[in-house]
Amino acid sequence: MSQITHETPEAITSRSAVRGNGLIGVVPIVIAAGLFAFFLQLTPPIADGQRLIWTATWIPSLGVELSFLVDGLSLTFALLISGIGALVLLYSNTYLAGHPQYGRFALLLSAFMVSMLGLVLANDLILLFVFWELTTFTSYLLIGFGHEKEGNRRNALQALLLTAAGGLAFLLGLILLGSAAGSSRISDILALGPELKEHALYLPIFVLLLIGAITKSAQTPFHFWLPNAMAAPTPVSAFLHSATMVKAGVYLLARIHPAMAGTAEWMWSLTILGATTAVFASFLAMRQSDLKQALAYTTLMALGTLTLFLGQESGYAITAFATFLIVHSLYKASLFLVVGNIDQSTGTRDAATLGGLRVAMPLTAAAAAVAAMSMAGFPPLLGFIGKELKYAGALAVASEPILVAGAVLVANALMLAVAGVVAYNPFWRPGAATPKAPREASWPMLAGPMILATLGALLGVYPDILQAALVHPTVLAVTGGDVEPKPLELWAGFNLPLLMSVATFALGAVFYAFRDRLRAWMDVAFAPLPKLDAAWDRLLDGLKLLAAWQTRRIQTGRLTDYLGATFVVIAAGLLGSYFYVGAPAITADLGAATWKHLALASLLISGAVLTVLAPTRITAIAGLGVVGIGAALVFIVFGAPDVAITQLLVETLVVVLVAVVMLRLPRLRAEPFRAGRALLAAIVGAAYAGVMLLILSQPLDRRLTDFFEAASVPEAYGRNIVNVILVDFRALDTFGEIAVVVVAALSAYALLRLAQGVAR
Amino acid sequence: MNSVILSAGTRYLVWLLLAFSIYMLLRGHNEPGGGFIGGLVGATGFVLDAIARGAQAARASLRADPTSIAMIGLGIALAAGASAAFFGDALFTGQWLFIGGSETEKGLPLSNILVFDIGVYLVVFGSVLALVFALEEVM
Repeated sequence: MSQITHETPEAITSRSAVRGNGLIGVVPIVIAAGLFAFFLQLTPPIADGQRLIWTATWIPSLGVELSFLVDGLSLTFALLISGIGALVLLYSNTYLAGHPQYGRFALLLSAFMVSMLGLVLANDLILLFVFWELTTFTSYLLIGFGHEKEGNRRNALQALLLTAAGGLAFLLGLILLGSAAGSSRISDILALGPELKEHALYLPIFVLLLIGAITKSAQTPFHFWLPNAMAAPTPVSAFLHSATMVKAGVYLLARIHPAMAGTAEWMWSLTILGATTAVFASFLAMRQSDLKQALAYTTLMALGTLTLFLGQESGYAITAFATFLIVHSLYKASLFLVVGNIDQSTGTRDAATLGGLRVAMPLTAAAAAVAAMSMAGFPPLLGFIGKELKYAGALAVASEPILVAGAVLVANALMLAVAGVVAYNPFWRPGAATPKAPREASWPMLAGPMILATLGALLGVYPDILQAALVHPTVLAVTGGDVEPKPLELWAGFNLPLLMSVATFALGAVFYAFRDRLRAWMDVAFAPLPKLDAAWDRLLDGLKLLAAWQTRRIQTGRLTDYLGATFVVIAAGLLGSYFYVGAPAITADLGAATWKHLALASLLISGAVLTVLAPTRITAIAGLGVVGIGAALVFIVFGAPDVAITQLLVETLVVVLVAVVMLRLPRLRAEPFRAGRALLAAIVGAAYAGVMLLILSQPLDRRLTDFFEAASVPEAYGRNIVNVILVDFRALDTFGEIAVVVVAALSAYALLRLAQGVAR
Repeated sequence: MNSVILSAGTRYLVWLLLAFSIYMLLRGHNEPGGGFIGGLVGATGFVLDAIARGAQAARASLRADPTSIAMIGLGIALAAGASAAFFGDALFTGQWLFIGGSETEKGLPLSNILVFDIGVYLVVFGSVLALVFALEEVM
């Protein structure tokens, strides 16, 4: 049980001394609460069936808008995010009281909350993606908040790489979706009829979006990152990994449900994925003895169930989706915060040793009991209604109602057993001594779990409020309004769902009673399954090895190799395009050449020959200089003084620099003649000469020249066209170039310094 | 390189080349020249100095660190380009002011274009010297 440790020992020791974090602790809570209030006052118009859209232009050239859409679905998510966000921030302010980096924590958590709100409210595909990636990024930083530990860094990186890789597929899917739908505006896409489902690109779009959704929502087989993400401080887990981020994938599926659901691919993939994840995760949850890990796996179960229902189209299934979404967020966030209280109070999260805490922590115990009863699905809590609807929804499944209902039943029974392990055992049965003497948490850390648990109880007794305000508008948004939402009732009469509820209680009690034997059986049964987490590490190691290998192959460190590669590419490009395009015949007219031109040409040629044949380096450098100065003379003869001056200066500097370097090098050895290199040089030279002649034999396009000649003085007040182009017409390009100059100089400077250090 | 003539001459050449480089910079908009050429010419003076008396001495006579000069130049160029935003234009749009100008007389032209070119001058000047000095010192 060595991994079961709390992540903030320093915060615990200073708990009695410091009560909060001052202004940086309070301001984020106020902001989150304000956002919650804002969304709350939007409830009446949304409940009346309205949709609010707010739009501003952002990148008009790409058709990307800063557009936000508030309907039942996005409002439900926004309320959960801002409401739980406010409670979690209140909780964190005490949980991490006096933490030296609380400012960073509060900033990251608030940034995450805002990104998540943006994600669920976005009405533009690109905007949606931007917020999607922002949540990935901020959650990476939050999971790795305790970055001094290597394990935390590794787990944060795993979450980042997996969700970001899914994000790339997601981006591609969004772009395809936008082009197939003819609009990147989500409200337009939702208004489409069956066009999208019959579109030729439907399958690729669906698969790509699904990859994004299931990596983000940690569905099997990408489930392994979520339990590792529990490296985050407990309030972060409560927020990100119960109520919000992992639900982003589910949100996406719900968002595109009206436009894309109903096909066989959609129904089967989501049903199978969801059911597999739900059952598999419930078993894995039973295996855990760390309370937080157990909760993490039950979150997976919930995500699987939500995905399963989104695969369907019936009113029962979607009503079950909307209800369970809310139920789960309430009880799961509450239980996570309860586990945080236990952890901080006793110093352990080990379910095997904890017990009897109800005496020392009565309020936490009460919150845990109510939340766990909602999770287990006891009446009169909201969880019971959620469970009844789940059964009704499962029985209404079009594909395999018996199988799906069976899967949901087993998963629910296991939930009941896990609820017992998480919320009954630590408080109500006798336990072993804990590392610290337990005591009740202070009010900010009780407010969150108690409010959330109470809501779950109240809404169970008065489900009409929830039904009218959030559930029915959500169902409307998810189905596009074709399906009648089903009522939320505590007592729906004697029916099959009720019978299944009774069966759940019985089966759950059996699972709970025989949990030790169940664990022992699972240890054997799950042993042959692939260890994805370890496989992930091997994959990363393999990637590193591959990178090292190919770097060694490509970066040989020998200049001749680099030059050779460069020349081969140049020759291939030039000759390839020459033959591919089928260039016109070269018609070089050398009749107009005067003695001046011929003299220049022979100067250049003799310089080049001298460079190649020079016996010593200094001669070769001088030969290069001759070529450079010859080029400058060409510019002078043809009337480009600016270019000529630059060429002369650069040439001088290059000769000086090369001379400085070369003179320090060992004496030139007599090299044997290498036919391959000579051939390559000849080919590159011939290709360049051919291209030059080809350009000359084309009629000169003077449009740009004419424009600059005409516009230079009246528009830029300068007669030196070259300079006017550099600093005015093309100033942005010049800025880019001088930035490159600086970067190149700094890199060379750094490399030289490094070489100097190595030499010493 | 130990040449008395070179090191004696360089002391004057540095100043001469610097003055010439500024002349090249300022005339650049209408005559051959500009920030790029100016920067190269200015740097040549100190390169000579480095050859004649060594990089350490040339560094000392330059006083400022050449990499900082390059960075400041980049900053000036960016600021000059961004300043167009204050006049409601797109970035890197030329802004002109003709001091003492009238219907017939053009006046003294001032512009953010000149400031931009000064930035280019400093970047080229600083980068070349950073490279040359470092090479001289390593070799």
